[in-house]
Amino acid sequence: MAGKIDIDKERCKGCGLCVEACPQGLIRIAAASNRMGYFFAEPCGTGCTGCAICALMCPDLAIEVYRDGGQVQAAPQTPPSKLIKEPS
Amino acid sequence: MRNVFTRTASMKDTTTHYCPGCGHGVVHRLVAEAVDELGLAERTIGIAPVGCAVLAYNYMDLDMVEVAHGRAPAVATGMKRFRPDAIVFSYQGDGDLASIGAGEILHAAHRGEHITVIFVNNAIYGMTTGQMAPTTLLGQVTTTSQNGRNAETEGYPMCVAEVLAVLPGTIYVERCSLHDAAHTRKTKQAITHAFELQRDNAPGLALVEVLSPCPTQWRLKPKQAMQWVRDEMVKTFPLGKIKG
Amino acid sequence: MSGNEALAEAAIVAGVDAYFGYPITPQNEVPEYMSRRMPEEGRVFVQSESELAAINMVFGASAAGARAMTSSSSPGISLMQEGISYLATAKLPAVIVNIMRGGPGLGNIGPSQSDYFQATRGGGHGDYRTITLAPSSVQELADLVQCSFDLADKYRTPVMVLGDGVLGQMMEPVVMQRHANTPPQKPWALTGRGRNEDGTANGKKLRPQNIVKSLHLGDGVLEGITLELQATYKQIEQKEIRYEEYLLDDAELVVAAYGVMARICRVAIQQARAKGLRVGLFRPITLWPFPSAILRQHAQEAHAVLTVEMSYGQMLDDVRLAVGDVAPVEFYGRAGGVIPTVEEVLEQIERQAAQAKE
Repeated sequence: MAGKIDIDKERCKGCGLCVEACPQGLIRIAAASNRMGYFFAEPCGTGCTGCAICALMCPDLAIEVYRDGGQVQAAPQTPPSKLIKEPS
Repeated sequence: MRNVFTRTASMKDTTTHYCPGCGHGVVHRLVAEAVDELGLAERTIGIAPVGCAVLAYNYMDLDMVEVAHGRAPAVATGMKRFRPDAIVFSYQGDGDLASIGAGEILHAAHRGEHITVIFVNNAIYGMTTGQMAPTTLLGQVTTTSQNGRNAETEGYPMCVAEVLAVLPGTIYVERCSLHDAAHTRKTKQAITHAFELQRDNAPGLALVEVLSPCPTQWRLKPKQAMQWVRDEMVKTFPLGKIKG
Repeated sequence: MSGNEALAEAAIVAGVDAYFGYPITPQNEVPEYMSRRMPEEGRVFVQSESELAAINMVFGASAAGARAMTSSSSPGISLMQEGISYLATAKLPAVIVNIMRGGPGLGNIGPSQSDYFQATRGGGHGDYRTITLAPSSVQELADLVQCSFDLADKYRTPVMVLGDGVLGQMMEPVVMQRHANTPPQKPWALTGRGRNEDGTANGKKLRPQNIVKSLHLGDGVLEGITLELQATYKQIEQKEIRYEEYLLDDAELVVAAYGVMARICRVAIQQARAKGLRVGLFRPITLWPFPSAILRQHAQEAHAVLTVEMSYGQMLDDVRLAVGDVAPVEFYGRAGGVIPTVEEVLEQIERQAAQAKE
């Protein structure tokens, strides 16, 4: 199961909660800052599973999460009764 | 690849004014997700408090009203009684709900108004730069308890959830936290349930208290602030379903 | 009917959707009457936990598009001032009835006119005005309550009806006929983005969110909002002034009084006329907007103005502002729940007449 995240660096406030939350340590605070002066978070390394824990903890909706295969977790538009189970 | 996490429709595509690591961003999102997942956006009306979240209507794309400090439960009563088909929720901080608004929430709960109350407890007054709240912990230093909260002169922190659960008019009371992913998911479940109850015309008031970080006024970095919620706040404010 | 019951029934006849109130003497009959009649009509009644809560319930119902109302008496109206300021800035229609009692503080339960300042000069914070209507009979109280809903909706502003303990309690015959208009459309009301004002679904597409608020932080935004309010107040001043003139054509002395005090003055004036004194009554019905121009005209044609109030001189300020130096302005008043008698007023009129001769 492969996953990917996009972090909108202009929305990010560099709070670092995603860095702390990622179970595999695949997010870091960048050396650069955004327009607001925040040192934003950025993905790093490989092995993202698309678990979306980073996005769950993010207060700023700065993270989009992608995944192929595997079970759909909290997709916001889908009511719980319509959860799709796919083979991994 | 499929997009498995994206902004829900009732959250606007905009940055917020909230501090880095503030819990409001998360709670706003969880409320919006609950409303959208239950298909309620078309008939939901939210009430923004006085406090950092006064601008909630700039972030949640729902019909919203901003009201005087603490009065949200009374405003909610007026709205819900006139529009019983609307889903009415108030979103309040600890100054708004537990201090100046203590009378209003008590009586809305006492009357069992069919509303949903989201109570964000960060044990301090954020908007006004860090004074003591009714929920400030014993020993906690704030700008108006500069030697740490002393029970003798400042009283004990108020456990709102327990107090309101005593009233027959409250139908569901749960206290949650944002300090890690598992607890954030539980917060979402609780908020969703609190909206489901109103959707199903449950006869009473549903309240979810969310322990939330305020890094700026606590003078902690966001990561440390989350740890403080986990290690300190939870000791005074036990988590779990208190009623319902 | 008693004044309190008449005002309640008049509101129902005018289509009030929601009443919220808290008991306080001398208007307890209003929430009591409403608690029975509103559910009978399928409308909303809540006895709130305080006047503070009541005005906020009014705020909520009004924001959701209702014709909403509350009533109280002086100390309770003090508690509502925050709410009235918020209603005014949020441009929400509402009707607030004050059955005035003796004050300040807890005072007593006698009638007074000591809340004129509170009604017409705020008494909440910020630059706003409250349309203030002052009836002097039970019939007029009923009629003005109906009118107040129309004014509130027309201008999207709170309206205060100023009665007093005597008016609330006294029994007079009333003709209760609806003359209030149907409420206008309220596209700004909070209904849920997918709902119409009548609660029905408006189809698939969600309209843009409606926001009702009074906080305006951006550069220049609040000034813009307050200028809009001022423009509305100008319109109200131009179109909604109401007053009554009695025996003023040849009057040398103008007695200015409102509400129940005006009734007493009228009798004193009749007695004075019988004694050959040329005196008339100018009775403002809107205290805000105050009928300044017409009062000034009458003052010009007369020799003096005597203001009589159940207070120590509140409408007096508006009379002085209106009259300027066109004629001397005198005052007689009693407060603390005391009603000046016809004899007292007559004595004042005669004293004025004697002074004028010198």
